[in-house]
Amino acid sequence: MADTEAEAVLPTEPQSRHVVYCGVCSLPPEYCEFGGTVKKCQDWLQKNHAEMYDRLWSEDALAAATSTLSVDAQKRAEKDAHKKALKAEAAEQKHLQTIAASKVTIKRVERNKRKFVTTVTGLEAFGLENKKVAKDLGKKFATGASVTKVPSGGEEIVVQGDVSEEIEEFLLEKYPVIPEDNVELVEDKKKKGAGAG
Amino acid sequence: MFKKDISPGSKSKVKSSVQRAIRNQIVTTYPLLAPHIDEIIPKKEQLDAMKIPDRVTLYLLSSTPLFYQHMTDALLPHLRLVHRFPTCFPSIRIDRGAIRFVLSGATLMAPGLTSTGGRLPSGDGEEKGGYGEHGGREGEEEKDGREGWYGGRELEKGEPVVVCAEGKEEACAVGILSMGTKEVKEKGKGPVVEEGHYLGDGLWRLVTE
Repeated sequence: MADTEAEAVLPTEPQSRHVVYCGVCSLPPEYCEFGGTVKKCQDWLQKNHAEMYDRLWSEDALAAATSTLSVDAQKRAEKDAHKKALKAEAAEQKHLQTIAASKVTIKRVERNKRKFVTTVTGLEAFGLENKKVAKDLGKKFATGASVTKVPSGGEEIVVQGDVSEEIEEFLLEKYPVIPEDNVELVEDKKKKGAGAG
Repeated sequence: MFKKDISPGSKSKVKSSVQRAIRNQIVTTYPLLAPHIDEIIPKKEQLDAMKIPDRVTLYLLSSTPLFYQHMTDALLPHLRLVHRFPTCFPSIRIDRGAIRFVLSGATLMAPGLTSTGGRLPSGDGEEKGGYGEHGGREGEEEKDGREGWYGGRELEKGEPVVVCAEGKEEACAVGILSMGTKEVKEKGKGPVVEEGHYLGDGLWRLVTE
């Protein structure tokens, strides 16, 4: 560990240093142990920066790192890390669950006899931003697309014109986070169709 | 300050006069950065400013975050910049036990700095890494074997500081001292850096494209 420290304090570095960040938790790899996704980080590092992995996770390094702490503190830190890992795992599971459970609804709403608007709801659950998606949709179909508030709370994207099928295709292609089965096409004759779904 | 995730706001271009002012401010606050200023903010490049919650402005160069500023307080470096120029900022070091607390956003407390794993400026102004100034050696007696590469000058309350960690290469937090380093050594308790920017917080994870 000593030589790495010396590296960090080299005062006459003409150019900025390039720092490797973990691809899993985005921290510098030496801090992965505090991130809660230690196992995954380790795998990532081993795959991508094997030399760094050997340095950081070798027996010596681990021993040196823990030797300065008292046994008691070590135990506490371990417990804490364990808790954190569990938490991170639980959060991930929950996230997956919400993704599996939530649906994107694409609704065709008749506005005026032969005129339609298409509304899209439920994108938030997939971590997408309505505003941005609306902009993309508008660009893609060259129509007006806006985000409006729904009386029942929440937001929906309103796209002018009947483009429901195209939207489905576009969403599935552009955002792979959305599973195909979770997109629903609904046709709605009445103006207000809130409450469904 | 950035415990929650931040959603990226809109970027706006910084006026060239303001950009010049920022450059000057950076050089005066971080004199050690002066030789690198052209690398950080090339004269011809266009700086961007992004507004993020709590009246904080983040300055970026295309997509690299550089500095953030709360209202008109001191400009604080983004940790990615600190990692690029680790020796150009006044820094203190915490012991291993404190890392996990700091990384979960806790206020940095004095015992983490005064223990054997921690480092504070030694006050005699000989070391590398800190400011070039040679501060007075005011009644400074440290424990033996304390390698003090954390700058000679005592840092005052309100100064920006980079927090490194024992046994780690990279810095783990940035903040403003709420207690001078001399006082920290004398008192040995109480908060030292409140509300900083740390690895893995909202600002760190902010997507700047």
